Amino acid sequence: MESFHHALKFKYDLCMGCSHCTSVCPTGAIHVEKGHPILNPNRCIDCGRCYLACPVNAIYIEQDDFQTIYNYKYPVVLIPSIFSAQFPETINQCAILSSIHHLGFQYVYETEKSVDIVKSVINKQVTDSGSMKPIISTFCPAIVRLIQVKYPSLVSNLLLIKPPLDLTAMYIKKFLTEEKGIPAEDIGVFYVSPCAAKIAAIKSPVGDEKSPVDGVLNMNYFYSKVYRVIKQGVYKLREENDFHTLSKKSILWSLTEGEINNIPTGRNLAIDEVHNVSQFLDKVENEDVKNIDFLELRACDQSCAGGILCAGNRFLIAERQKKRAQKSPDEVLPEDNNLLNYKDYLVENIKVGKVYPRSMDKLDDNISIAMRKMKKSYEINDSLPQVDCRICGYQTCKALSEAIVNNQATLKQCFFVQRILEQTDRLTTTEAMNIIKAVWGDKKLNKDSIKSLNLE
Amino acid sequence: MDFEYKIEGDDFTNAGAASSAVKKMLNQVGVRPDIIKRTVVALYEAEVNIVVHAYRGTIKIDIDEEKIHIRLEDEGPGIPDIDRAMQKGYSTATPRVREMGFGAGMGLPNMKSNADSLVVTSEVGKGTTVEITNYFN
Repeated sequence: MESFHHALKFKYDLCMGCSHCTSVCPTGAIHVEKGHPILNPNRCIDCGRCYLACPVNAIYIEQDDFQTIYNYKYPVVLIPSIFSAQFPETINQCAILSSIHHLGFQYVYETEKSVDIVKSVINKQVTDSGSMKPIISTFCPAIVRLIQVKYPSLVSNLLLIKPPLDLTAMYIKKFLTEEKGIPAEDIGVFYVSPCAAKIAAIKSPVGDEKSPVDGVLNMNYFYSKVYRVIKQGVYKLREENDFHTLSKKSILWSLTEGEINNIPTGRNLAIDEVHNVSQFLDKVENEDVKNIDFLELRACDQSCAGGILCAGNRFLIAERQKKRAQKSPDEVLPEDNNLLNYKDYLVENIKVGKVYPRSMDKLDDNISIAMRKMKKSYEINDSLPQVDCRICGYQTCKALSEAIVNNQATLKQCFFVQRILEQTDRLTTTEAMNIIKAVWGDKKLNKDSIKSLNLE
Repeated sequence: MDFEYKIEGDDFTNAGAASSAVKKMLNQVGVRPDIIKRTVVALYEAEVNIVVHAYRGTIKIDIDEEKIHIRLEDEGPGIPDIDRAMQKGYSTATPRVREMGFGAGMGLPNMKSNADSLVVTSEVGKGTTVEITNYFN
């Protein structure tokens, strides 16, 4: 099976080898070797907890070069509605919009334009007694991957429909080619992403062949670019304001409870932050919680307002977003949102292909070898200190024992095991030092300053 | 490969520990997700039964290449009529308990529908033994 594409990358030249990223990872995807983090591509779900934990900004999120927008005659930008909530309240929507045009985009759309269509499909599924309950939303791509790797038995509960982002992008292409007569190859749709997971999903869509989005930009990068134009006041103020064509509920969609507040029937729950989601899915898998119709699960605290590429504080962003919703209409008609005239086309194409489980825990493809490895890893784990100190380079003692049975690590990497071996003359201090250096690199263990310290 | 877990009556907060551990193991071995789910659901139901009805119990788990065998032994009041307890909807719960949503009489039937083989033996006043076997193929 091909590995996931990941938008999270490490800059080893900035990394100081502290392993904070290792400790916060919800899927145990990172371990340390030679003083730097190593990512297991089959485990990483691009949730970005590591990005937030890194004290030296050594993790970055890949994006397309801004210059590529000029490769298209008609560059289009697709922004999540949360984007305008990044700005201070004194900056009005018109200034933001005009500045985006100033940067070179011919058309500006908000992704939530298609929420009303997604909403109707979800409602239909929830009332359909034949569907597998609880239905799990696929809005957050990090959650889809989390379920694939950590909760494989819940993969069949995923609602296999395209998120608003994809539908709006599809609409844009169809609208511009059919109504404006622009050749398809001249249209470049660029998405401004609030997180790494959405970028990864565009670069390798789950359950789909190709994304309708042509390029991605990081929201914090794009925010700075737009803010600069606003501050410099170099933009030409535009008359029209495409931002006001969203309904209240569409604007709230990407916030926590945004999806479930649109479902009039059934028992529906919203959970945000990836560790909270994990805890809850454990219960769902045990059938400890039953009779839930729909689960809205988001990897970030405060959902997309807490996206790792957001420029501001997540609570303030959520607040601004709610204020905007208050000023927006309950219902938007097709004459104000042309996308709704394309409802049939979008609904027809809303389904995504099958999503497959890809358990990260499997120790071997051969069941009897896997059995043997599991047995051995439990034996090893029993002899480890359970301190989860990460000095071996792994997130937990258990993770080390699994790496040992897969020949990726040795028992001597354990700090406690080393001390025991030294005491019984089975390991020299030099050997122990070399093992620690192999994990943490030479630099950390060559501190002359420590040698000169008075330790008494 | 065998494991053993201890379980205490009345300890609702820790019910599910064995199910979670078994889930992880079966994932490591590479058992099909739907079989893992069935096993975990059956075991969790059995675990909760001990917490609710018995004083204490032991869970013995034996996994080989073909199957998982789980034996739950408890010290407790026992089940007077196992055949009736296996019937859907049969319950000894009082109306008050039922009003709160418990005691729907689905415990053993639910276990049965999630197990390839379910054997329940019991001695009134001493305890109950539940054996669940699920095959991987």
